[in-house]
Amino acid sequence: MHLDHSLSSSHSHHGPSAISADAHRPDGSRRALRIGLGGPVGSGKTATVAALCHALRDELSLAVVTNDIYTREDAEFLLREAVLPPERIAAVETGACPHTAIRDDISANLEAVEDLEDEVGPLDLILVESGGDNLTATFSKGLVDAQIFVIDVAGGDDIPRKGGPGVTTADLLVVNKTDLAPYVGSDLGRMAADAKAQRAELPVVFQSLRGDKGVAAVADWVRGQLAAWRAR
Amino acid sequence: MTRAALLVLADGRFPAGGHAHSGGAEAAVKAGRITDAASLEEFCRGRLHTAGLVSAALAAAAALGLDPVELDEAAEARTPSPALRTAARRLGRQMMRAARATWPHPELDALARLFPKGAHQPVVLGVAARAAGLGPADAAYCSAYESVSGAATATVRLLSLDPFDATGVLARLAPELDRVALAAADAARRAVDEGVDALPARSAPLLEIGAEAHAAWAVRLFAS
Amino acid sequence: MTSAGVRATARIAATADGRGGTALPVLEGEGPIALRRTRAAGSEARVMLVGAMSGPLGGDHFTVEATAHEGARLHVGSAAATIALPGQAKGAARYDVRLTVADGAELHWLPEQLISACDSELQVGTRVELAAGARLVLREEQVLGRAGEGPGRLTSRLSVRRAGRLLLDQELACGPGAPGGWDGPAVLAGHRSVGQLAVVKPEFEREMPRAALLGEFAAITPLAGPGLLVTAVAPDARHLRRVLDEAARTLG
Repeated sequence: MHLDHSLSSSHSHHGPSAISADAHRPDGSRRALRIGLGGPVGSGKTATVAALCHALRDELSLAVVTNDIYTREDAEFLLREAVLPPERIAAVETGACPHTAIRDDISANLEAVEDLEDEVGPLDLILVESGGDNLTATFSKGLVDAQIFVIDVAGGDDIPRKGGPGVTTADLLVVNKTDLAPYVGSDLGRMAADAKAQRAELPVVFQSLRGDKGVAAVADWVRGQLAAWRAR
Repeated sequence: MTRAALLVLADGRFPAGGHAHSGGAEAAVKAGRITDAASLEEFCRGRLHTAGLVSAALAAAAALGLDPVELDEAAEARTPSPALRTAARRLGRQMMRAARATWPHPELDALARLFPKGAHQPVVLGVAARAAGLGPADAAYCSAYESVSGAATATVRLLSLDPFDATGVLARLAPELDRVALAAADAARRAVDEGVDALPARSAPLLEIGAEAHAAWAVRLFAS
Repeated sequence: MTSAGVRATARIAATADGRGGTALPVLEGEGPIALRRTRAAGSEARVMLVGAMSGPLGGDHFTVEATAHEGARLHVGSAAATIALPGQAKGAARYDVRLTVADGAELHWLPEQLISACDSELQVGTRVELAAGARLVLREEQVLGRAGEGPGRLTSRLSVRRAGRLLLDQELACGPGAPGGWDGPAVLAGHRSVGQLAVVKPEFEREMPRAALLGEFAAITPLAGPGLLVTAVAPDARHLRRVLDEAARTLG
């Protein structure tokens, strides 16, 4: 029964799907740019993702993957806010360890991004949001092309000074909720100086989603990343 | 080839998606059937001799080179719960990705083409073992161990169980794991002549029922 | 003193009688298994398995073969529960059931419970072959021990093939000497009754019922082909029957 079986007799013009960071899809077309958003619980990752979707959805074909601690909460938030049609939002289940799913074992996230491209593509951009985790959580380069680390002023103005892989190495550091700084006694100047010391030339954005400019600076940075990705 | 490849394949950190699955432990914890190390041990023992034996035999048969399409059909018939079939295919797809990156092999590529959304995980595991130069008993060991180690790790997270107690559970199951892996490999060898019906079909009613309950929860930590 | 045990085979064949009813050209009991035709219900022929003596005992090997030929509608029940008992002969008892259902035929296989008495050892093998256009309703109920006693050792395997393709293959092993953990939190968790209801019909190719829970200890699960399985565990036979009957009603 096993002499002439399906593995030896199977022929296909398409190769099997890509393994991880390949820049092309199985059919040879260029895949979407993938940007990860990580950071501590409550720093405003999901709100930033929602604001980015609002800002970019008219000019780009985009989709979102969430990695929640409790299965689908962040995805449900994005659905309630109606920032994208439901078929453009995928939730990955993380077994109580969201950092594992974005760094050590990225297979479920890779499947989610590939399925989104297959089902609603072609896509320009996929935002991969980490579940709220700690300061050491970063995305694997096998999963995303660039990553944003989101912290907030209410989490303590010493976070940039403490460093850690997220603050130090993320392609963009976002210091969120600047409107709260006077109320929680956070010193924005000190945060900026500490971030500069930790990150040298890597960019930092101070943002208040309630302010006039909202997510505009981060959206511009994303546009820049996309232009660079397309030029590569 | 090297036997040490088995350590790579069986490592809990092998990036094939297992960390997000509890092997039914999350449902059993919520139902109050797993409350401590002793009940975890009985849970794992029951799982080992049912789902563990079945998956070990499927993996061994795939490692021997039996037709993966027939084996996948056998796995479907042995998995009445659609939630468990979905989980098995998802994990199979993730195992496929990790295996192709680790041990590139034309049989893995062919299997990926046949099942773009994933074959049942033990079938992929068996072909991966074959690609790594491992034999049917190795594949059976790996699958049988996985059938209990995932549940033990998940229970550490779910109950804040002492990790030393959970590891002790796995160590105490080792003699039974030996027996299950060898029985699975024997069944796989019989299946070469007698067909896939010679593979075991041992079932665990509460794993099937619990998996359906779990899939219906709005909030959960693990995918299965 | 040991004896070889009893071997007995009973056969049933049902055919369409050409007048909208079902005939039973073969209805052969043997030894301890007697077959009785009971009053037909509409186009359906009804057969009752009647155990002339309690059994199977250790060393016995019983076989029941039932075939519903094209267009036939056959309903098989049993007069009472089957009790597996320890016997004089060495080794386990075997009970094999072979069911075959042709295109356009229907089989309702609804025997009473199988009771695994203390110290008995029984292996049950139920194999069903269905044509693509066949319809099946099959119920199996296992009770672990009579009132106030522990169970015997029971192994029961059910496999269903449809149009040559394996649709369901499930084995339950329980009782003293069964592989470990059978009574633990993954398998039966102290429940003393376990049952399955398998339903296969061509209509499911168009629309499958959805998976559903029936309380905490039973689930309706759609299979990978046009069939579904209800799996239930319960404290006793009465509770189990109530759950399976409710499932049967839900499924129409």
